[in-house]
Amino acid sequence: MRTIDVADVTRNIREMCIEANHFLAQDMEEALRDAAQTEAAPLGKQILCQLRDNLKIAGEDMIPICQDTGMAVIFMEIGQDVHFAGGFLETAVNEGVRQGYTEGYLRKSVVGDPLLRENTKDNTPAVIHYEMTEGDRVRITVAPKGFGSENMSRVFMLKPADGMEGVKNAILTAVKDAGPNACPPMVVGVGIGGTFEKCALLAKKALTRPAGERSSIPHVRKLEEEMLERINRTGIGPGGLGGTTTALAVNINTYPTHIAGLPVAVNICCHVNRHAVRIL
Amino acid sequence: MSGETAKELRAGDYVYITGTIYTARDAAHKRMQEALEQGGPLPFPVQGNIIYYMGPSPAREGRPIGSAGPTTASRMDKYTPALLDMGLLGMIGKGRRAEAVKEAIVRNGAVYFAAVGGAGALLSRSVTDAEVIAYDDLGTEAVRRLEVKDFPVIVVIDSEGNDLYETAIEEYRSE
Ligand code: SF4
Repeated sequence: MRTIDVADVTRNIREMCIEANHFLAQDMEEALRDAAQTEAAPLGKQILCQLRDNLKIAGEDMIPICQDTGMAVIFMEIGQDVHFAGGFLETAVNEGVRQGYTEGYLRKSVVGDPLLRENTKDNTPAVIHYEMTEGDRVRITVAPKGFGSENMSRVFMLKPADGMEGVKNAILTAVKDAGPNACPPMVVGVGIGGTFEKCALLAKKALTRPAGERSSIPHVRKLEEEMLERINRTGIGPGGLGGTTTALAVNINTYPTHIAGLPVAVNICCHVNRHAVRIL
Repeated sequence: MSGETAKELRAGDYVYITGTIYTARDAAHKRMQEALEQGGPLPFPVQGNIIYYMGPSPAREGRPIGSAGPTTASRMDKYTPALLDMGLLGMIGKGRRAEAVKEAIVRNGAVYFAAVGGAGALLSRSVTDAEVIAYDDLGTEAVRRLEVKDFPVIVVIDSEGNDLYETAIEEYRSE
């Protein structure tokens, strides 16, 4: 049994919220760089270059990459041999978010009650997903999620008979409906299988996968590649103003499902696909 | 921006805005609508002015503003035609607009601009001054008066009803 002080969790999450909002992971930077070279539309190219400049300015001047610094989505993958001491874990996670957003000049975009809509003024609470893993480590992923793209995400409860074609149509429908609203070029996270909520979670988690990394399952990998190509043929382009770069990556995660169902979730993310990872 | 200028702009034009603009997003629009219903005054004169759909991140010391990119315009669609009919000349945001907004743009000779979504750090460099002028309690959603210099935008919907989101996509579509 390994003991971890929850104060360490707070400190790390505080730093990760600030880091994720000012620096994109290298895979996203590289994807943008490559896209700026291959984009066919002159205006699209110009926008992609502006996005690269934007990343540079964000890091150098410590201004968030995007003003929507998101709702903090946090994956806590906890080894079963870990024991947390010093307080309640969830409180420690939210305290890290509170400190990161208030001390790090990040925007507070969370309302406490979805109907009464009063801002909590410190961006808490976070959306926290816990997962038990083997071992005695804790892997923390902080993924601030902007709502321009979150609002364009969809869950489709398809029938088994809809099959592969149905899945492809679902992905294309979500991307086309999102269009310019989701700040393209997008990263498209897809979850296939499980239940209603499981596929949504798979899709969310797919967004945290590095942009250049493909699924290890051959037919899923093929689907990822085909969908990326088809999405880039829609013409939506950077900023939705026309072009050949509509998505930078399509990441698909799958899970077993029921004989009667084929749930598909499409979680759209913008080019500001933020994720910071640390292992304690 | 004068009414003539607004009418001359065409979808696809790349323009730089210099001068005074006002920020308002969801919550501020709701309050402005309520003010209009009760016959009260608006926090700034909409006539001849430009609204920027934007809620910034907090400014660091010595800077006028934090990250300052556009938010999705369609959430304001419900409130926009009334403001256009009162003389609002321009809006800056990102994403598609409803038919009713397009019609009001044409009816009033106005214009809808897009700023590049997700380029808030870059865009903040074109903001030289910012001041909260109303609804301070709304935090990032308060109404701000911004002074901008060479603020880069693209004309998406012009006074003739052309919509760049529709035409430009067709040009690069190869499905
Ligand atoms: S969708 Fe992404 S890039 Fe666009 S405003 Fe929201 S967080 Fe920023």
